[in-house]
Amino acid sequence: MRKILLFASITIVGLIFIFRLFYLQVYTAQNHNLFEDNAIKKVYDYPKRGFVYDRNGELLVANQPSYDVMFIPREVKPLDTLEFCSLLKIDKNRFKDIYQKAYHYSPWLPSVFIAHLSKEDYAVLQEKMRKFEGFYIQKRSLRLYQTTIGANVLGDLGEVNNAIIKEHPYYKMGDLIGKQGVEASYEDILRGKKGVKFIQKDRFNRDIGPYKDGVYDTLPEPGKDITISIDSKLQEFGELLMKHKRGGIIAIEPSSGEILAMVSAPSYNPNLLVGRNRSKNYTKMHYDTISKPLYDRSLLAQYPPGSPFKVLNALVGLQEGVVTTDDKFSCRMGYYYNGRRLTGCHSHPSPLSMNDGIAQSCNSYFCNVYRRIIEKYDDPAKGMNVWSNHIKSFGLGNYLGYDLKIGSKGYIPDGAFYDKWYGKGRWSSTYNISNAIGQGEVLATPIQLANMVAAIGNRGYFYTPHIIKNIEGDTIDENYTTPKYTTIDKENFEPVVQGMFDVYNKGTATYLRVPGIDICGKTGTAENYTKIDGVKTQLTDHSIFVAFAPKDNPKIAIAVFVENGYWGSRFAGKIASLMIEKYIKGHITRTDLEDWILSHSLEDEYAKPYSGKPFKINGETTLQVTPIDKSIKSKISNLSD
Amino acid sequence: MNRDTHRYFKFDWITIIIFLLLVGFGWLNILSASHSGETLDYFNLSEPFGKQLMFIFLTFGLIIIILSIDAKFYERFSSIIYLISMLSLVGLFVFGKNVNGATSWYAIGGMTIQPSEFAKTATALAVAKYISDLNTDITKFKDQIQSFIIFCIPALLVLLQNDAGSTIVYAAFFFVLYREGLPKIYLTIGIATVILAVCALKLGVVYTSIIAAVLIFGNYFFTKKKPTIFKPLLILIACIVLSSGIGFFYQHVLQPHQQDRISLWLRLEQDPAKLERMKKTFAYNLNESEKAISSGGLTGKGFLEGTRTTGKFVPEQHTDYIFSTVGEEWGFLGSAAVVILFVLLLIRILHLAELQKSQFSRAYGYAVAAIIFMHFMINIGMVMGLIPTIGIPLPLFSYGGSGLWGFTILIFIFIKLDSNRINEW
Repeated sequence: MRKILLFASITIVGLIFIFRLFYLQVYTAQNHNLFEDNAIKKVYDYPKRGFVYDRNGELLVANQPSYDVMFIPREVKPLDTLEFCSLLKIDKNRFKDIYQKAYHYSPWLPSVFIAHLSKEDYAVLQEKMRKFEGFYIQKRSLRLYQTTIGANVLGDLGEVNNAIIKEHPYYKMGDLIGKQGVEASYEDILRGKKGVKFIQKDRFNRDIGPYKDGVYDTLPEPGKDITISIDSKLQEFGELLMKHKRGGIIAIEPSSGEILAMVSAPSYNPNLLVGRNRSKNYTKMHYDTISKPLYDRSLLAQYPPGSPFKVLNALVGLQEGVVTTDDKFSCRMGYYYNGRRLTGCHSHPSPLSMNDGIAQSCNSYFCNVYRRIIEKYDDPAKGMNVWSNHIKSFGLGNYLGYDLKIGSKGYIPDGAFYDKWYGKGRWSSTYNISNAIGQGEVLATPIQLANMVAAIGNRGYFYTPHIIKNIEGDTIDENYTTPKYTTIDKENFEPVVQGMFDVYNKGTATYLRVPGIDICGKTGTAENYTKIDGVKTQLTDHSIFVAFAPKDNPKIAIAVFVENGYWGSRFAGKIASLMIEKYIKGHITRTDLEDWILSHSLEDEYAKPYSGKPFKINGETTLQVTPIDKSIKSKISNLSD
Repeated sequence: MNRDTHRYFKFDWITIIIFLLLVGFGWLNILSASHSGETLDYFNLSEPFGKQLMFIFLTFGLIIIILSIDAKFYERFSSIIYLISMLSLVGLFVFGKNVNGATSWYAIGGMTIQPSEFAKTATALAVAKYISDLNTDITKFKDQIQSFIIFCIPALLVLLQNDAGSTIVYAAFFFVLYREGLPKIYLTIGIATVILAVCALKLGVVYTSIIAAVLIFGNYFFTKKKPTIFKPLLILIACIVLSSGIGFFYQHVLQPHQQDRISLWLRLEQDPAKLERMKKTFAYNLNESEKAISSGGLTGKGFLEGTRTTGKFVPEQHTDYIFSTVGEEWGFLGSAAVVILFVLLLIRILHLAELQKSQFSRAYGYAVAAIIFMHFMINIGMVMGLIPTIGIPLPLFSYGGSGLWGFTILIFIFIKLDSNRINEW
């Protein structure tokens, strides 16, 4: 026993040490990561972010230098905070706030103290920087928008947050990342790759020299330039036309799927979201819940498509063989079923065949077609599914798959939907007859409708809409260069296209004709409702218009939504005609339409639901006329070729 | 066979080889911890690694001298060696040089010598001599007290010089005395005191007393042959007095920095401001050394490649915290190897000690093993955060001439004594 004590103690202590070592070095230890080693300072070299050009080679987005004041909380030595704060134009409380927040994030890792100093502030600060230990200047590059338009297209850069850093370790505190638009979609391409130098430090935080003579150091790779499919002149023209209106315009080149213009109104100057005032401006726009400038109506807003949807029903009817172009249906100012009027209509000759049905946008005609489609099968659910699949083949009812990060699905109902709603076998086509005229359960976004018209213009196929035209030294996603076919045969398109052409010739848009261009279009008027103090209230109809031109080998397909603009040709139709003329001719001959659009505002209309007073809608209202803004007029004339 | 030619091969080469491995590997780590990144000049005497290399060369001279001296000399002159050593410790109060708050050094020329590193050897010789004296009976109280006095004198002297770490090392002699027949009661009291101390500080005197009462009376009631009730009662009172005494000792005798170390180890401190202050002082060392060790992983970052070592993140890394360099650069495999080497060295010495025929040699061998063991346990335990921060070097590893020579003399006197056993046979 006496011999054992020391021997046992030695053995036990030895074993405890080995367990402890195992625990420290193997069980809890991670691999040695240079980025997490606070003995190694990481110095980043930020590459140039890629430029963005429009389809005509015009530079839209470039860079400007900016200076961030960075700091490592643990390394901050007592300093003259008063002087420091006055140099940075902040107060002492803010200093404390920033310091504590950063300390909480990590006392060892660099955090941004003040981002995006102006050149002037930087010049003053730079001379005194040596006084403030633990702080240093990181040069970065900020975006410089060479234009005031296309904020929703171009997007903006913002600082990464903790969640992003966690998911993508490439980013470090204070780095910028594309938040919206093409900046977000093509972040990886535009960003390039930052270079890093590893510097060995000692415990007094002095640099000793490059870690392992710099074998792990990397050089920055510059970001690639991209060309986007936007025609900046058309985009600007669209934005100017949409002044004092809300809604969206999407123009697509049908032969490629390239997005020519993507207007969301109201919009903002993209330069507002650059630099030190970014967060102030962003917050302001974010909390503007009435006009929602940050909300991209061209991609996100889901509207009942209204009458443009009728042409799809005509196509499905022809494809399913339930109607011929010569079948005529009568209309008595509406569609009646068992003596009950299901939908109203406006005055026009009756009965009508398909061509006139489209041209006059007869509700009754399409209710008949729709019923025949659904009732082709004994089970309305089956008819509904067949119909739904045809419609969805035009890219409706689901995300289109374009290269912008936001979007809405829209909605196209199917048999199961109504089976669930009414019970299996307890409904028929008359229950959802509104689908015939693009009301009811169907919903679509402007870009979905534009894509739908592009598919009609192409007589049966479309390319997934996309904003990218060209990447420096790279090709674009194959998905955007492969045609997607609809379920409608090519020959069935001709009578429908003719009908849309006759909308301009003898139908609802005759006074929107543009000399020298064969436009095919379709007006739309969609009822819509809002809730005011919990009461469902009808607002003035949305004005909708879809078109493509020229009739053969179309160069442009367009969808225009103007919220509460009343009937289709009143606002949307005019804007569509002007956009088409602008794109095809390069200048405007229908200046009467242009002046009308510029001199009419819908601001009064938008103020109504918030006025707290009773108000009238649709035909009972008078339009607000404003004098034409000279500066807008001159901007437009500058856009002419 | 010619006795003389084989004489030198009778030394215990296993011990010598482990000794050489530890010294050599120790030097590599000192080099790592103290080089400054430029081209290496191993003999640069202004750098710790250069000086240590010189100390190592001088060590070989020392070894030859120790092994050349007749084995009988150490036993015979142990009292005189002890006396000289104690005088050298006393002399520090007059001539000593203060380094890092401890007055433990003589400055001679450009060199400093720490006599306490040699005092351990001298005390080991003296204790061994006293025990092996035919008139000594360690089971007698008088002789027990006299043997305690022998090692308590140097322990007290180094404590007065503010070197508390070295004082604790002298507890090693209890192992020696126990092996030679010290009654078990001392061991029981010693272990009980440590447990009581930890409990009293962590749980408070009241809870500790309650627990002690339950244990003592519980044991009493389950004992079949019941002695008088006064005995357990006495033990309980002793426990209560002891635990209260520990509280008093902690509060009023220990210096604030010593209190802090214990309170951090037992996680007693709740005041965030005070914790923050600790983090900036000694807890910083501990934290950095733990980080350095765990950053080594399984295989380590490689010799001279440790980023924390190169960046000198761990203060005192080439002296007391040298093991953190091993941890960072050589990983689990390297550090475990060092631990195993130490364990092998200690077990080998113990094994040899048991083989000794003279009680003097055996007791001395035990002292050698016990002293090295105390250093090994306290130093590595501290660097890995297992025990409170106590500043003593890792034998043969840490930078320092006095320490290296002190341990060399300690070990090689035993090797000489051991070879004498073989030669006598």
